[in-house]
Amino acid sequence: MSQESQAALEADLGLSRRNRRGFKIYARRYSRDKRAMFGLVVLILFVLAAGYTQIAELDAKWDIGIVSNIPYDPQIQGFELLEGPTLGHPFGTDNLGRDVLSRLISGARVSMIVGLFGLTLAGLVGIPLGVLAAYYGGWVDMIVMRYIDIQWAFPNFIIAVMLVGIFGLGLQNVIFAIFLAYIDDFARVIRGMVLAIKEEDYILASRALGVTDARLMIKHIFPNALPPVIVLSSVFFAAAILLESGLTFLGLGVSPLTPTWGSVLNDARPFFSSAWWLATFPGLVIMMVVLSTNFVGDALRDLNDVREYDSSVTGA
Amino acid sequence: MQRYLLRRFLFSLFAIWATATLTFFFIRALPGDPVTTMVGNEGDPANIEKIKNRLGLNRPIPVQYFFYLKSIVKLDFGDSIYLRLPVIDQIKTAIPRSLSLAFVSFVIAILIGIPAGIISATRRYSIWDHGATLIAFLGLAMPGFWLGVLLILVFGVWLGLLPVFGYMPLFDKDGVHFWAWFSRLILPAIATGTGSAAILARQTRSAMLETLSQDYIRTAYAKGLQEHVVIWRHAFRNSLIPVITVMGIILALLLNGVVIIEVVFAINGLGRLLVNSILGRDYPIVQGVILLTAVLFILANFIVDILYAFVNPRIRYTD
Repeated sequence: MSQESQAALEADLGLSRRNRRGFKIYARRYSRDKRAMFGLVVLILFVLAAGYTQIAELDAKWDIGIVSNIPYDPQIQGFELLEGPTLGHPFGTDNLGRDVLSRLISGARVSMIVGLFGLTLAGLVGIPLGVLAAYYGGWVDMIVMRYIDIQWAFPNFIIAVMLVGIFGLGLQNVIFAIFLAYIDDFARVIRGMVLAIKEEDYILASRALGVTDARLMIKHIFPNALPPVIVLSSVFFAAAILLESGLTFLGLGVSPLTPTWGSVLNDARPFFSSAWWLATFPGLVIMMVVLSTNFVGDALRDLNDVREYDSSVTGA
Repeated sequence: MQRYLLRRFLFSLFAIWATATLTFFFIRALPGDPVTTMVGNEGDPANIEKIKNRLGLNRPIPVQYFFYLKSIVKLDFGDSIYLRLPVIDQIKTAIPRSLSLAFVSFVIAILIGIPAGIISATRRYSIWDHGATLIAFLGLAMPGFWLGVLLILVFGVWLGLLPVFGYMPLFDKDGVHFWAWFSRLILPAIATGTGSAAILARQTRSAMLETLSQDYIRTAYAKGLQEHVVIWRHAFRNSLIPVITVMGIILALLLNGVVIIEVVFAINGLGRLLVNSILGRDYPIVQGVILLTAVLFILANFIVDILYAFVNPRIRYTD
């Protein structure tokens, strides 16, 4: 079917309009969930914090002067050492007089980069592995499953510590560690989905029409197996943030000069007893972001279940 | 059953071999060699050659690999670069500390998680249920090392109630020192076990709710049994199976936590040994601890598999 006739057909059936309405219902249902809305607000703040440098640059270029006038730099050392929270320094200052809030804002960037890049790479390798294993079965499945089983025996944090132990410290190595650590998780989830989808009638029908294996996997199986993987990615993302902060807290993460959530907490260890704000705010930030990611993930999962249920009732 | 166990056992051996082999080739694939790390960049080339010969690093890779496998079987991981002590001795002193911490954390996770789940399920939507749910969410989102830091601050620094650093053995030649051992482990164990307690609480809650909706529970009530008898004798026991299935995850989480919490509380266990040797580039120790941790995990999974087989008859009878 050509694209125009497809579009005409969709217009005939009012499909595109129904999709937009579907999205509205989706959004309305989501906004009714208080926890999910709380999570969304925190995550938006997190994204803004991660993009802070770019936002400040744009702000300076367009001469708006809101963000770029915020006076603090995460590396600038002031004269107010170990000062508690004040209006000027809402989260206090550390032992070198650096503003803790600024350091946490620039740490958001590292968490975001590591989580996004690490998990994207893991998905790019893990998802094809899982699809291939489930689709072909036999010895392909056996080899992939043996690999998954071995990696499954180790918690991801231990894998990451081992890999950093072997390859050394640094941002790339942390991303690489998260990439390797999560391959099995992606492969395992999608394999289960594909095994179920493979038995569906429409796959049999496509095969009867002579669709090639590659096209069947890419066009028919993969899109249908994706939603649970997207939902689970939110859980993985939360876990990856915890993992990265744990690694940097141990001093095994990115360069010690880069402020990250884990390293701000680690640097402050000698001063905890005299400066409570150094011990509390970094951990609080990690907890809020992880909690929010979990809330959003839960809401997405519930919405997806409902949508599948609805389409099975009203569809056909 | 026997065939199943045999298969799992062979797979465990294979997994240990695979980890050992990967570690061997990963470490050798890296730029820079351990001898340069030992003597530094300005080392005398003749000396470097001598050390390389002594360590067998000049032999062909397959020969090195053969000797490596042989030494692993004999549990000989060589000497630490800095301390010049056998790696295995350092691992031997570290193991009881890590196991003690993991054990106390496990007990805490069970003592908090299972009762919390039961209360949540039996008083569904009450203030207790909502409170437990909120705490479980926080417990899952809170990094264990941060909780450790807060516990040190509150109980060690502000209240001065408990020691916050180090480890004391449970036994020595003078007898048993339970309090000295336990008082140093309780705070790190809470920090390690909270996440697991949260998972256990959620799992127990849903398993209990599932069981409580069954017909035989209604029958038990109908024949006039008291509520605590129904809950404990009928519902709780039958809810345990799904709870046991998360034990593998719990175990992994605990050992995970142990690595980082040992550093927070300055307990010289396996985790702190590993982290310090990574930071100090003490490769023989890194390699030894990685291998040993791998064996521990694979062993733990093997034990969990056996437990499943006992709990779940379907696995027992299929092959």
